[in-house]
Amino acid sequence: MPKTTLSLCSLLAAAGMTLILSLHAAAAEPVKSIKIASQSPLSGDQSAVGVDIKRGAELALEQVGKPLADMGFKVELAPFDDQANPDTGVANAKRIVSDPAILAVVAHFNSGVHIPSSEVYHSSGLANVSPGTTNPKVTTRGYAEVNRVVGRDDVQGVVGADFAASRGVKSVFIIHDKTAYGQGIAEFFKKRAEEKGMKVLGFEGTEEKANFDALLSPVIAGNPGLVYFGGIYPQGAVLFRQARERGYQGMFMSDDGFDSSDAAKIAGQALLDGAGTYYSTVSGPASVYAGAAKFIQDFKAKYNADPQPFAAQGYDAMAICLKAIEQAAKAKKGEVPTRAEVTQAIRAIKDFAGITGTFSFNEIGDPTMAQYFVLNVKSADPAHWNENSVVETLNLAPPK
Amino acid sequence: MPPFAAVNIRELIRPIGQLLLFSLGSAGVLSALVLVLALILDQTAVGLHLHDRYNVSLATYTLVNLPQVVIDGLTIGFVYAAIALGYTMVYGVLEFINFAHSEIFAVGAFVGVELLIALDHTGLLRSASLGMAYAYLTLALLMGMAAAGALAVTVERVAYRPLRGAARLVPLISAIGVSFLLQDVIRLVEGLTTGQFNRIMPTFGNFDRRIMLGRLALGDTTVPLGISVKSIIVITAAVLMLAGLNYLVNATRMGKAIRAVAQDRATASLMGINVNRIISLTFLIGGLLGGAAGVLYALKFTRIDPFVGFFPGLKAFTAAVLGGIGNLTGALLGGIVLGMLETFAGSFLGVFTMGAAGSEYKDIFAFSILILVLVFRPQGLMGRHVGQKA
Repeated sequence: MPKTTLSLCSLLAAAGMTLILSLHAAAAEPVKSIKIASQSPLSGDQSAVGVDIKRGAELALEQVGKPLADMGFKVELAPFDDQANPDTGVANAKRIVSDPAILAVVAHFNSGVHIPSSEVYHSSGLANVSPGTTNPKVTTRGYAEVNRVVGRDDVQGVVGADFAASRGVKSVFIIHDKTAYGQGIAEFFKKRAEEKGMKVLGFEGTEEKANFDALLSPVIAGNPGLVYFGGIYPQGAVLFRQARERGYQGMFMSDDGFDSSDAAKIAGQALLDGAGTYYSTVSGPASVYAGAAKFIQDFKAKYNADPQPFAAQGYDAMAICLKAIEQAAKAKKGEVPTRAEVTQAIRAIKDFAGITGTFSFNEIGDPTMAQYFVLNVKSADPAHWNENSVVETLNLAPPK
Repeated sequence: MPPFAAVNIRELIRPIGQLLLFSLGSAGVLSALVLVLALILDQTAVGLHLHDRYNVSLATYTLVNLPQVVIDGLTIGFVYAAIALGYTMVYGVLEFINFAHSEIFAVGAFVGVELLIALDHTGLLRSASLGMAYAYLTLALLMGMAAAGALAVTVERVAYRPLRGAARLVPLISAIGVSFLLQDVIRLVEGLTTGQFNRIMPTFGNFDRRIMLGRLALGDTTVPLGISVKSIIVITAAVLMLAGLNYLVNATRMGKAIRAVAQDRATASLMGINVNRIISLTFLIGGLLGGAAGVLYALKFTRIDPFVGFFPGLKAFTAAVLGGIGNLTGALLGGIVLGMLETFAGSFLGVFTMGAAGSEYKDIFAFSILILVLVFRPQGLMGRHVGQKA
C-alpha cells in the first residue's frame, strides 16, 4: 500500500515538475535548450547515496558544461526520484522520454530499477549512462543506449569471494535482499566461493528490514567464518548488528550497496568487533582517485558535506553525457543533435579523462577497464566512513 | 457494588497467569511439532543434507536451537500483542478497525527516538549512569506514549466521530486515508527537520548487552543461548502494560463504563455514561499502548523509517483477528501465537526444506493459520459471537 501512494505522489510531483520546467522553457528560452535527466533514489531509505549522485551530476554540469554554453546551448538538469522502486523508475522513464528536450539520462543506482527503466530508454533511443548499477544484465542485453561507468557484479562477486578465500575463510552463510542486484551478486559470490572450496552453509533471501532473529538461527548454529550480504545498507547494517548482538564473532562481508556512512550509523561498533567488516565495491572512496581531489573540495564547499560513494561517478556520468552532446553538436555545426546522434557519440568517446578513471566503452556499454576495491570498515563513527581503508585494488576488464 | 477502592488482586494476577499459560502452551505445542517433524525427516535426504553441512543430526540441531527460538518468538510476540490491544480495544467499543493504528505506533516510535537522539547530541546519554539511562528510556517511552495517545484522540475526533452514524465501510475508508496521510506527514516532517529517512536509535545504557544463559554443544561448535537486555525490557514493559490494561477494563469503574458502552451504546448513555468521553478514552488507551510499543520496537530493532508501522501493524491486526477481535485476552493469545509461529517458521523452514524455501516464507504459516481460523472459527480463538466485548 505505501509504495502505491509513494509512486502516485511522485508521479504527480514529476508531472508538476515537468509542467513547470516546460512552461519555463517555453517562456524564457529562445532556441537551443537541452535537458539531461537524472534518476536516483532522492527519497526513501537509500536517499543518502541517491541524493549525492544527483549532486555529483549537478556539479559536473556547473563545472564542465561551459563548452556547450559557449556554443549557445542552455543545458539544464532534470532530476527525477526513482525511490529505488522499479515501478517508479519506469513511470519516470516514460515521462523522461516524452520530453523531447531531454537528450541523455544519468541513471540509476539500483540495477533492479535500471533494468526495466532502460527498456523504456532503449525503445525511445535515449542515451543513458549509469553511475552505479552493476548487474551484468544492465549491459548484456546489448542495447546501444545503455552504458555504465562502473564494473560488474559477475566480477565484483568473484573479487569478494577471492578476497574471503585469501583471508582463510572456510565456511560462509550467504543472505541477499531478493532484488536483481542483491541476489545477482550473492549468486556470483556463491558460485566462486564453492569453486574456492568454501562450505556454503546457507543461501537465503529476505525482504525483512527489522527482525532478523529467525533468519539468524541457522547462521549462529553454523558459526560460519563469514556472513555475506548481497544488498543495500539499510538492511545489511541492521542484519550485521543483530548478528553481533547474538554473539557472532566472525567476519562480515558485503558489496558496493553497503558503501554508505549510514551503514556505520546503523551498525556502529558491531562492524569493528570480531573479525571486522569488509565490502567489495566498484566505487572507491573519492579520495583514492587521483583526479577527484578537487571534486571533493568543490563538493564540500557547495553542499557542506562529504560526498557519498557514487557521487564522483554521478559527476563522470554527467561529464560523459555533456562531452557526447558537445561532439554531436559540433558535427552538426552547432545545431541541437538528435537522440540517436548522442547515443552514437557516447560509444565513440575514446579515453575520456574523468575524475574516477579514463573511460572508453565496449560494444555493449561496459567500460573497457573497470576498477574493483575491497574495503575494510575502520571506524564506528559515520563521519569517518570516507577513511575506510582500501585493502585491495584490482583493474579488470569486463568478462566476454 | 463492591467499594472500588479495594484492589482486586484476582484481576491483577489473572492476566499474568494467562500470559504464562499462552507462552508455555504455544511454545510447547510448536516445539513438539517441530521435534516430531525433525525426527521424521532425520533419516531422509533432509537430515543427510543438514549432516553434510552442520555435522549433526536434524533432531539434535532442532533441539539445540529450540530454546533460543522460543525466546525470540516470545519477544516479537509481546510486541505484536501490545499493538494488537489497540486494534482490539477500538473494535470492541466501536466495531470498527482503526487502520491508522499502525501510524500511531510509528509516531510513538519517532517521538521517542527523536527525543533520545536529541539527548544524545547534548552528550547526556553517553555520560549517563545506568540508572539515568533507564530514566531517559522511561522518559522516551512516556513521551512516545503521550504523543501517540494525543494523536489517537485527535484522529478519532477529526476523522471518525463525524462519521459515527454512517455505514460501517465509511469510517474504515477514513481510517485508511488517515493512515496514508500520517505516513506522509511523518515523512514530510522528518524531511524538513532532519532531512533523513532512516532514524537510528542511539546506543546507550546496557540495553545491547546480552545475558548469556549458556552454550549448547552442536557438532563441532557450540550455540550460544542468551537474551539481550532490551528483549527483557520489551517483555517486561509489555507484560506490565497488558496487566495494567486488563485491570483498568475489568476492575475499575472506568472499565465498567467502557464495557457498558461496548455492549450497548444507547443504553449506556441512558445510564448516565458520557459515551463520547468513553470512546475518546478508548482511543487514548489504545494510542498510549501503541506509542509505547513503537518506542520498544525501535529499541529492539534499532532502525525506523516513516513506513515502519505498516508491517507490525498488519501483523498485530492479524494477531487481533486470530485471537478474536474485540477480546483483550484474545489479542494477547493472538500476538504470542503469531510471534512464535513466525519465528519457528523462519528458523526451521530453511533447514527442513533443504534451503529450497527459506525464512522468507515464514509469513505463509502465520497467514495460513489465520485463514484456517477464519474458516473454522470465524470469531477467532477466544472470541464469542455475543456477550461482552472489550
